[in-house]
Amino acid sequence: MNKTIIEAQEGWQLIDWKELLNHKDLFYFLVLRDVKVLYKQTVMGFTWAIIRPVFSMIVFTVVFGGLAKMSSDGVPYPIFSYTALLPWTYFATAMTKSTQSLIGNARVLSKIYFPRLIIPMTPVLAGLVDFTLACSVLGVMMGWYKIMPNSNIIFLPLLVILMILTASGVGMWLSALAIQYRDVGFAAQFFSQLLMYAAPVVWPATLIPEQYRLVYGLFPMAGVIEGFRSALINTNPMPWDFIFMGTISSVLMAITGAFYFRRMERVFADVA
Amino acid sequence: MPDVAISVQDLSKRYRIGLEEERHDTLLGAMSSWVKSPLSNFKSLRKLSSFKSEVESDDIIWAVKNMSFSVDQGEVLGVIGKNGAGKSTLLKILSRITEPTSGKVEVNGRLASLLEVGTGFHPELTGKENIFLNGTILGMTKKEIEKKYDEIVDFSEINKFINTPVKRYSSGMAMRLAFAVAAYLEPEILLIDEVLAVGDTAFQQKSIGKMGDIASAGRTVLFVTHNMSALASLCSRTILLDKGQIIDDGKTDVIIQKYFSLDENNGPTGKGEIFFETDVSNGGPFILHAMRTLDERGSIRDAYSSFEPITVEIEFSLKEEIKNLVVGFELKAELKLLIFRSFHNDKEEVFKFRNNSDHRYKLQAEIPGSLLNGGNYYLEPCATVFKKYWIFKDIPGLEINISFDVPNTDHTYVNGRPGLLSPILNWQQGN
Repeated sequence: MNKTIIEAQEGWQLIDWKELLNHKDLFYFLVLRDVKVLYKQTVMGFTWAIIRPVFSMIVFTVVFGGLAKMSSDGVPYPIFSYTALLPWTYFATAMTKSTQSLIGNARVLSKIYFPRLIIPMTPVLAGLVDFTLACSVLGVMMGWYKIMPNSNIIFLPLLVILMILTASGVGMWLSALAIQYRDVGFAAQFFSQLLMYAAPVVWPATLIPEQYRLVYGLFPMAGVIEGFRSALINTNPMPWDFIFMGTISSVLMAITGAFYFRRMERVFADVA
Repeated sequence: MPDVAISVQDLSKRYRIGLEEERHDTLLGAMSSWVKSPLSNFKSLRKLSSFKSEVESDDIIWAVKNMSFSVDQGEVLGVIGKNGAGKSTLLKILSRITEPTSGKVEVNGRLASLLEVGTGFHPELTGKENIFLNGTILGMTKKEIEKKYDEIVDFSEINKFINTPVKRYSSGMAMRLAFAVAAYLEPEILLIDEVLAVGDTAFQQKSIGKMGDIASAGRTVLFVTHNMSALASLCSRTILLDKGQIIDDGKTDVIIQKYFSLDENNGPTGKGEIFFETDVSNGGPFILHAMRTLDERGSIRDAYSSFEPITVEIEFSLKEEIKNLVVGFELKAELKLLIFRSFHNDKEEVFKFRNNSDHRYKLQAEIPGSLLNGGNYYLEPCATVFKKYWIFKDIPGLEINISFDVPNTDHTYVNGRPGLLSPILNWQQGN
């Protein structure tokens, strides 16, 4: 027989994996809900998943590729920026949605118990559907420009995992902060726009001076984006320095984020 | 197998409620506080989750204080108490939605809680999709839901529309579907909060019947309600809460008596007007300010002659718009026996409550003269979201005294005629 003890928790808590596993069906249906609901009652439906990165690519190509003559590591500017927009669009969307997730589900939080961690993780996983759809456009573009991926493509799953881990860590931190301080929600939205210019999306990371590469690599999305370019459109060798630094900071962020989230979750229902 | 399903030991929970916001009369004062406000806002938001070394403070309330009790396996325990007695907080602690401040609860068995029907329903999803979503939120696995799926659909009586988005349902259909999912929840221990107070009478009967089935199936149930008849028929034992503490524990009929006498002791205040200080909607946007009774000339009184019409006025404001808000009151006789309930939209008159937090709405209804009998009556305000849920009801309201009087006759009854009402009807001689 199940025995549960309810009492005030002190200090920092680890993630209760067993409990999460017991709720995997709920997790599945919440992700399914997010995916199904997103484009309900739209004319374009899932085409929206493609429209966003494609139009950004067109604008960037005109402004940065055309007018500003930004270097694109020797590949055509459209595919250069689109390859970066894939992980970036995923990350920015997952981050803003995850940040707002607890606030959006406040009513459910105050009416029923389940592991709270599921809520910010749902948009992180649901975003992968858009990401996959947007990837198909890249396939078409690679055919058009006759660019073949190289052997580095075997590292692509690793980069995708790093991308998901980064979004998870940021999501755990920001959602737990945002439910108490709603400012975080506004800030996340606007920073995700600014942050894009800090990431090597419209410009190549080769512009970063050699001595700053390790520091810059602490921004995990730098490694992910340059890694995507390296694996898919043969710009540069795999940027292992970025990826190494990015993994360190991403893992750190996810671990601290999980601890912070678990510490704060006991008051979610009270502050929501 | 242990005999005790839930054992609660010395449980307490404190909440911090927001203190009144500062107000400024001068532009300079307002400006300086605007500059300083981020810091003070941050402090007050941070305080929501920390209680550093503050034992007592004006904005701290103990929703549950030193509660101890236990529930045996298979027992159906009722929990009653006035608004703010700590019933909902107790259920929230037991269902792990919120953590206790101190004390300990031991739960033996798989526990599910039903504080609301249709938690997590998404209007864009179909009935079928919502069954799975809501079911898993309530703690069922996908497999369990698949096994009971047909029964759930049958119980909800919406077979034809099961693949239609829930937003196209009438509110009654959505409610039936939501209850159907909850009805097939099969935990060992079930916590229920007032979910029966939704839907029409027929639906409430059906729900109470289903509840009875659950209770007789040997499951442990903790049942919080204001519905005394449901309580009496379902629970043999009841605990009575007041101000976060258990003040009595025993056989249901005895406790119900005690509950009513409790109301009378610190019940309505006189003078034909009552101001409400407590937040009746539990943090919701509905702020109830006052209730009063007026005579024909508009003066506030608490004693009337039975032939006089009485105007009941309810004053409230809305922090934000509540869709389909219905405001009303209940008229009760001695022992809180309900005589009637009246709602502002009874005559299809629909008042638009605009989203204007400063505006104080005053709704008035007239109780016609020559209807009530002599004696004491209680007027209790209530509000509901149409056909969905009660925002509040059964809160202490106004007490008025009627002296029975029939003009133009020589009848004089000191305490009125026998009966709850004493309407003066039109009599005439037939052919």
